[in-house]
Amino acid sequence: MTEVRPRIRLPRRASAGDSIVVKTLINHNMESGQRRNSAGEPIPRQIINRFTCEFNGVMVIDAALEPAISANPYVEFEALVDGNGEFVFNWYDDNGDVYTATEAFEVS
Amino acid sequence: MLTRRDTLAIGLGASAVAMLPVTAMATPVDDAIAAFTGGAEMADTGIAITAPEIAENGNTVPISIDAAGATEIMIIATGNPTPSVGRFMFGEAAGTAMIATRIRLGGTQDVMAIAKMADGSFASTRVEVKVTIGGCGG
Repeated sequence: MTEVRPRIRLPRRASAGDSIVVKTLINHNMESGQRRNSAGEPIPRQIINRFTCEFNGVMVIDAALEPAISANPYVEFEALVDGNGEFVFNWYDDNGDVYTATEAFEVS
Repeated sequence: MLTRRDTLAIGLGASAVAMLPVTAMATPVDDAIAAFTGGAEMADTGIAITAPEIAENGNTVPISIDAAGATEIMIIATGNPTPSVGRFMFGEAAGTAMIATRIRLGGTQDVMAIAKMADGSFASTRVEVKVTIGGCGG
């Protein structure tokens, strides 16, 4: 698989106390474990099974994902920003890898 | 030799087996719901699904769920071999309780969402999505 590269989209500006829309995407096959290769053998499951987002160490969302989430999992949600801070995103792969992204956010 | 008593016992056994499917076989969808709600009653207000009426490609169907005041949302694809799609728990820093994602649907089916509210109650809703090309591989 090619290198895993998370992508985050935050609004350009927001005031303290706003609920902002956070859009996240990560390139990943989300191999469901239900498909078979050309020889008819099952292809083992390998998905992102958990996704979390924290703002200044406080949990925003903690998601348990199943194979029915599409490839390149996209998750959009809203976060409450009470001031300046840093978002930390973690994607947990079935193979034990954890992909992390951080994004600073300043309120206006 | 079959005695009258044996025959009776066989008959009882057969009827017990015949009754098993009714009592012991919950569907995978029921199991998924019960795992989330513990069998609690579900209201039908306070939660909304936005999904396409017709999805050309079952591999990636955009869906969003709004449930103001929810602490957790579960998505269930009732027609998939494994109905559970995902569970989304909102933390202290969550804004309005909503989530949008893209899911795989094996065929035309109802997509269901259940929200766990802050007071511990549950709400659910479902919407039919017609799928032209299924998304469960093959």
